[in-house]
Amino acid sequence: MLYRVAGQYKTSYQADYALFPVRQDAFLLGIILIMAFVVFPMTANDFVFRALLIPVLIYALAAMGLNILTGYAGQLSLGTGAFMGVGAYSCFKLVTIFPEMNILVAVLLSGFFSATVGMAFGLPSLRIKGFYLAIATLAAQFFLVWLFQKWGWLYNYHTSGAILVPNIQMFGVTVAGPTATAMTQYYFVLGVVTLMTILAINVTRGRIGRIWKSVRDMDIAAELVGINLMKAKLLAFFVSSYIVGVSGALFVFMWRGAAEAELFDVQLSFRVLFIAIIGGLGSILGNYLGAILIVALPVLLNIVPRALGLPISSSTVEHINVMTIGALIIFFLIVEPHGLARFWQIIREKLIIWPFPH
Amino acid sequence: MDLLRRIFITPFQDMAAAPDFLIQVIWEGLVSGTLYALIALGFVLIYKSSRIFNFAQGIMVVFAALTLVGLYQMGVPALLALPLTLVVMFFLAVVIERVVLRPLVNQPDIILFMATIGITLFLIGFGETIFGGETKRMITRELYIPTGSTIFEPFDGFVAIEHLDVTALVAAIVLVTSLLVFLNRTRIGRAIRALGDDHQAALSVGISLSMIWVVVWFIAGIIALVTGIAWGARAGVSFALEIVALKALPVLLLGGLESVAGAIVGGLMIGVLEKLFEIYWGQPLMGGGTETWFAFVFALIVLLFRPQGLFGERIIERV
Repeated sequence: MLYRVAGQYKTSYQADYALFPVRQDAFLLGIILIMAFVVFPMTANDFVFRALLIPVLIYALAAMGLNILTGYAGQLSLGTGAFMGVGAYSCFKLVTIFPEMNILVAVLLSGFFSATVGMAFGLPSLRIKGFYLAIATLAAQFFLVWLFQKWGWLYNYHTSGAILVPNIQMFGVTVAGPTATAMTQYYFVLGVVTLMTILAINVTRGRIGRIWKSVRDMDIAAELVGINLMKAKLLAFFVSSYIVGVSGALFVFMWRGAAEAELFDVQLSFRVLFIAIIGGLGSILGNYLGAILIVALPVLLNIVPRALGLPISSSTVEHINVMTIGALIIFFLIVEPHGLARFWQIIREKLIIWPFPH
Repeated sequence: MDLLRRIFITPFQDMAAAPDFLIQVIWEGLVSGTLYALIALGFVLIYKSSRIFNFAQGIMVVFAALTLVGLYQMGVPALLALPLTLVVMFFLAVVIERVVLRPLVNQPDIILFMATIGITLFLIGFGETIFGGETKRMITRELYIPTGSTIFEPFDGFVAIEHLDVTALVAAIVLVTSLLVFLNRTRIGRAIRALGDDHQAALSVGISLSMIWVVVWFIAGIIALVTGIAWGARAGVSFALEIVALKALPVLLLGGLESVAGAIVGGLMIGVLEKLFEIYWGQPLMGGGTETWFAFVFALIVLLFRPQGLFGERIIERV
């Protein structure tokens, strides 16, 4: 009833291609944006900002980057964590070499470094496919993390081997570093993530997105109809790694505050891959749903036993967490292999024809 | 110029100067290569019969070893704990087939791959909850595995060979031989290979998919147990092994995902080469620690020339 599409006529192709063919979609998005920009910041406390809102946005952004590569262009990658690391380290170097540079510019620029590295490691994709490629991207993962540890210049030869985020001001407001408030950081992340999402939506639904999808579905056939596979795949690696790199910079500068090389290990890659797959490959919305699930789950699992007053030691809770996440991943894959985004699609279709079953 | 000399000449001079040390390094490489090969073998077996890329093989190694040691610590005699662990691994195979694989039949590869990562996480959490997360000592003496070492003195030098490693090598050879006999000579073994060749054709002549899957996962479990004992005896039993198990992936790439022989040759090759590279190039030139990535980069380079690996089936693509 709420989703009545009757009466919304399309009289031109332009209208049919529109971002929101159904008016209610735009309305719903408006509500979500108002929630994100106004309601959450007004109601959330520091814990909610740091444990839920900021990580959800950053992980969703990283998953969106991976999703462009895996979900749209069909190239499986297990090196996401390392590419986030490239973004973070290059942002750190930019900020320390050019202290007067605007942090927003530094974050957006650092994406280009990881994009270049990602494209270099994407070169084998022209010859290697499927799981072979996935393991080949693990080469990037392990090599880059090793480089982060060994190359002192990257962390300014700090004795701890970690990068520490200094206090950074933007237009007179501290946005990064120990003294920044959670709310300013949230708004910063939200702004960047919104920008990237708009970019990703428009890239994936346009000509480039269609090229990627045809490469994903069958690359030889795509080549036969005149698509330049090399350009398409490398562009996918470039755009994907750019977004992943920006999310990596945000990850360290707006959330963690400090990072060691081990932070970007293969576990991080897998976490981002989980988000992309549980959310739904080939979907932008899915990344947010997946990130909400994967970020909120451990927080909930930590709260529940404590709230019930169960006497469980924190290490046992940790172990049970890992176990539950593993079980839930299997559960979601069995229930809906196409991810949470598919759930929303089903609900939406049901709402449109409601109260009729067909 | 000096750098070129240090890359292309000095390492070989070092090798020639201390041949006993070179032999020791190659031996160490062979031993760790055997273990990589064993893990890779578990992968290959499952991939061959079901096209599932079983990421959980590494964790099954840890889980098997952990169960064995955990049972022993609970007071079960060592020689009884061994068959009991096999029972646990069989049970695990049945559960995985029933709960995870059966509902996911016919899903895209990546979904099954993710499911095995889910299994990995579940087994890590499960193992740690039951047996605790700390590193455990493998019960080598209780299982009558010889410890100690023999020292050879070739070229007026000094090479120490651990009996443990020799045992591991022998066990691996026995395991691989019996596996090959099983795959080539028995009814079930042939059914496994038939499934690997053509799923639908195998199903249509009456081969039971679910039975074969249980068998295959159980064999992978046996291989995991042997690997776990061998590795646990060297480095203790803990979930740190999981990272090492990832090394089996480049071995797979190098050998080809479908080839038993490839897994073995690839494993030995990577084991030896990464040790040589680390000792003669990595430590003097790059500050060490190259073992984490050398195998992957090496496999990547080989793959650029042979996309299906050294022994993999030729990839023929049709539109």
